[in-house]
Amino acid sequence: MLDISNLHATVADKPILNGVTLHVPAGQVHAIMGPNGSGKSTLAYVLAGRPGYEVTQGSASFEGRDLIAMEPHERAAAGLFLGFQYPVEIPGISYLQFLRESLNSQRRSRGEADLSGAEFIRVARAQAELLGMDAEMLKRPVNVGFSGGEKKRAEMVQMGIMNPKFAVLDETDSGLDIDALKAVGAGINRIMRSPDKGVLLITHYQRLLDYVEPDRVHVLQAGQIVRHGGPELAHELEREGYAEAAA
Amino acid sequence: MTAPFPTHKQEAWRYADLDALKPVWEQFAEPVTLTVGAGGSLEEMWLPVAGDVQLRRVQMALEDGARARIFALNAAQHYGRIELEISLAQGADFELFAANIGTGLSTNEIVTNVKHVGVGGRSRQVVRSVLNGKAVGSYLGKVEVARGAQQTDAEQSVKAMLLDRGATANCKPELEIFADDVKCAHGASVGELDAMQLFYAESRGLDPASARALLVEGFVMGLWDSAEQADAIREAAREALRRVV
Repeated sequence: MLDISNLHATVADKPILNGVTLHVPAGQVHAIMGPNGSGKSTLAYVLAGRPGYEVTQGSASFEGRDLIAMEPHERAAAGLFLGFQYPVEIPGISYLQFLRESLNSQRRSRGEADLSGAEFIRVARAQAELLGMDAEMLKRPVNVGFSGGEKKRAEMVQMGIMNPKFAVLDETDSGLDIDALKAVGAGINRIMRSPDKGVLLITHYQRLLDYVEPDRVHVLQAGQIVRHGGPELAHELEREGYAEAAA
Repeated sequence: MTAPFPTHKQEAWRYADLDALKPVWEQFAEPVTLTVGAGGSLEEMWLPVAGDVQLRRVQMALEDGARARIFALNAAQHYGRIELEISLAQGADFELFAANIGTGLSTNEIVTNVKHVGVGGRSRQVVRSVLNGKAVGSYLGKVEVARGAQQTDAEQSVKAMLLDRGATANCKPELEIFADDVKCAHGASVGELDAMQLFYAESRGLDPASARALLVEGFVMGLWDSAEQADAIREAAREALRRVV
């Protein structure tokens, strides 16, 4: 589903990714773990198309389409979702307006009809409830005044509304207390566990993986995947640290 | 008798489009005067009116404990000017939420003179400008705190967003304080759209033009959040933004 081959990328001319190769088939959840500065967030941004993140070599394709050649909004319409490590605040625009316009923009580019205001609100309320978020919060400006944990929950509500084919989740577990972690983990399973969907879960810690069990675990270090393994690799990393495990 | 025609040498008219003003001066020169009596309150919506040149001059007095809240949109196609002189007696409370939205070669300006005369008055002015093409948007805001007007709390927040290189924003907060126990805050910034906000919106599926329009809308629409009947001004602002973004 997601095929990354020998991907090199720079940020401000500095090489960050140095040949990442990764294949996530449909129906699977893959975790990427790695120390600070190993290139995890850069990989997420490159996949979503953030300006300033230059691919210098290699390729990334999604369902056979060249991802790198697509604009960020085209990637979203194709079914790719990025859960941000630091969700962005947008004053003056309510979550409801933001998400309705975003979703309808995606639908239009797929040749689907717009959701009406009433239909959209029904979907949004249902997703907020499933994630344990007060639906009233969707009337507030995007992420303004939200706590760190609320922002991450809101990212998952967005994912539920967009219902993407593939999610790249960048440290969605950071800043969450235990209850929120459980809710977010359950949300990921409910929204994304499906034979025709895939997830790339970027995390520092093993704890989210207790709730969302990965099919494969990859260790990223200095911009390269240095180890692959099954779920047990995450436990090993947690026990022994990255330096030991990668050696 | 009409007031003398202004010149650019007068500070309050420095950025004005006097050529555009000339033909309508007789009609608009005389300020409208309003008084809010002690303990009273007033909420006004100043929407753009028909005509390429729009001038609104208001003199307002807030008596003890009076409140006034003004929401204003300045979006003339050629020249728009909102001019307000207001005096605050003891404990009076004044809020202005205003936007300049300009396109093409237009000039839109908001000029205020807030006079804190009594003790414990509070004023808050929030002005946002969105400008493209070669449009000019200005805010000249003078706050005077009289001797004895202690515990005055005056705030000015001015931000402008320039969508094209040729657009100009003038932000000039000015303070004249003759009391020693007061709070007078002011902040001004001129900028472009935030790259991270744009990317966030695009990553959710908005094409670049729609993302841009949404962010600009957010920049302005936050002004009307505390209005009781904001529909008309919201719609007028959206209409003006459609010409700009």
